[in-house]
Amino acid sequence: MDLFKLLMAFLIGGLICVVAQLLIDLTRLTPARILVLYVCFGVFLGGVGLYTPLFDLAGAGASVPLIGFGANVAKGVMESVDENGLLGSLMGPFTASAVGCSSALIFGYLAALIFKSKSKRT
Amino acid sequence: MENSKDYKKRIKRHTPKSPIFKDCLLAFVFGGAISAIGEILASLYIYFGAEEQTSYTLVTVTLIFVSALLTGLGVFDNIARYAGAGTLVPVTGFANSVVSSAIDTKAEGLILGVGSKIFTVAGPVILYAILSGSILGVIYYFVTLFS
Amino acid sequence: MQKITYLEKPVYFESYSATGGFEEGRGPLGKNFDFIDNSDLFGMKTCEKAEAEMARINLNIALKKKNLSPSDLNVLVAGDLQNQCVASSGGLFTFGIPFLGLYGACSTCTEGLLVLSAMLSTSKTYTRGASVTSSHNSAAERQFRTPLEYGGQRAPSAQWTATASGAFILGKEKSHIKITAFMPGKAIDGYTKDQSNMGAAMALGAFDSINSFFKENNPDEFDLIMTGDLGHVGSNILEDMLREKITRYGTKLASLHNDCGLLLYDFDTQDVHSGASGCGCSASVLASFILPKIERGELRKILFLSTGALMSTSSVSQGDNILGIAPAIQIEYEE
Repeated sequence: MDLFKLLMAFLIGGLICVVAQLLIDLTRLTPARILVLYVCFGVFLGGVGLYTPLFDLAGAGASVPLIGFGANVAKGVMESVDENGLLGSLMGPFTASAVGCSSALIFGYLAALIFKSKSKRT
Repeated sequence: MENSKDYKKRIKRHTPKSPIFKDCLLAFVFGGAISAIGEILASLYIYFGAEEQTSYTLVTVTLIFVSALLTGLGVFDNIARYAGAGTLVPVTGFANSVVSSAIDTKAEGLILGVGSKIFTVAGPVILYAILSGSILGVIYYFVTLFS
Repeated sequence: MQKITYLEKPVYFESYSATGGFEEGRGPLGKNFDFIDNSDLFGMKTCEKAEAEMARINLNIALKKKNLSPSDLNVLVAGDLQNQCVASSGGLFTFGIPFLGLYGACSTCTEGLLVLSAMLSTSKTYTRGASVTSSHNSAAERQFRTPLEYGGQRAPSAQWTATASGAFILGKEKSHIKITAFMPGKAIDGYTKDQSNMGAAMALGAFDSINSFFKENNPDEFDLIMTGDLGHVGSNILEDMLREKITRYGTKLASLHNDCGLLLYDFDTQDVHSGASGCGCSASVLASFILPKIERGELRKILFLSTGALMSTSSVSQGDNILGIAPAIQIEYEE
């Protein structure tokens, strides 16, 4: 267990969330827009090669925030383009986001079968 | 009566601001803690023999599962009202938006309810991930072609 | 042009009832409600059906209080926040009373009482009618905001949609409470698109109505000016504007003002931010708090204006401003 990396995961992961919180409080951007922004930013970071050093430094601090999801898509796309040429730009995105999307959808579906929404409480 | 500009100023004067410092502190602690838990889980999966890349993917799946469970139990929204971006930005927020939409639309049926509404909140995230990924792929293709 | 109708023959509140859910029950007015369901579900499977059932139960209670049967009513006007007002029609059709569905967003309570007073005071054949208004927190969240289990933060200016209903039976038989005047409100541009600041979006509408009404009325005769659901933010804006813009009576008007959205919940123990909202808010506060006070003679003459924010999720996402509206009725004590 790398304690320094654990600390960095906490700090970087926390800071990424603080930036989003500032955007919510100061600009009244809706959460949905912020998530979209973060995913696209992650794709950008992955594309220009800045994500890997961040990941090496912070591990889950980089991969757990939605930026990691975007960067993962970027990585998958570039690998797929290397392998399949231009067609890879259509194959890659879905392959790379498959695990996240599938698990969210499947767990979501199962939860819908089991649970019910409850009234909100103050 | 009052014109638009003056009234907007009046609204601004009377609308309480979000407690930014408190919000940010909570977002930092929760977001950091979720990331740190992810890091611990990753080391655990590596310890049990998973490859590094696989273990981080497993972390994502684990966090999505836990979020789904907490959402179903009705706990997630009560944490998130304090954590704010701290639970929204990690993959937990993405999972919660999928799962809460699914649970919520159960009454409208499994096909047209759950089936179509499961994407209402998470749809934009998936769409723009695919779209920006695809654009990156095209750029990357031509960059590698000419270099 | 906007005019106030003063009724030659007043219309009386013959019976009224308030029902609500868990948060309303534990609020300061909870003990005055006629029926509280702590599950918020009123024995139904979904919150939409629960709202319809709540409205049904409520009208039933109002009828029972006066030993009336549905056939004693000539007309029923009702509205709620659900798409196509389906909670009102779905919940109340079984009474078999001729039905008019209303939509005035959260102003529906006053709108309904106004329409009913107009019908009863002009029709020779109609003797009695009912007005029912309801809203349900879960149904409103699902329709206007996010899934119930979605983890989001609410802005400090946001309001809490009440799970509540108010039912009123108006008629020509004398009682201690009467409606003596009414004035429909104008839809006024609220100059904001912020769905989490409805109080601000509606305050101008309320100001416009109060301003028009007191051009020909003397505020010294009034004990209370009650708005529907402006909350803290909207109330502060309204009172500020009354003081600033109306030179003659402004300070008096501001001091007479109170808001149903500030009364339904306890701000210390219930985290409702700027206050209560929803059609059920002003309706249930009127039925559980204000009418009993008038009935006892503690209030002699009031102006009651439920405030509505006219918008839809599509109108807001297409960039339209939220409109505010505040129809007004004058309610008086009858010896």
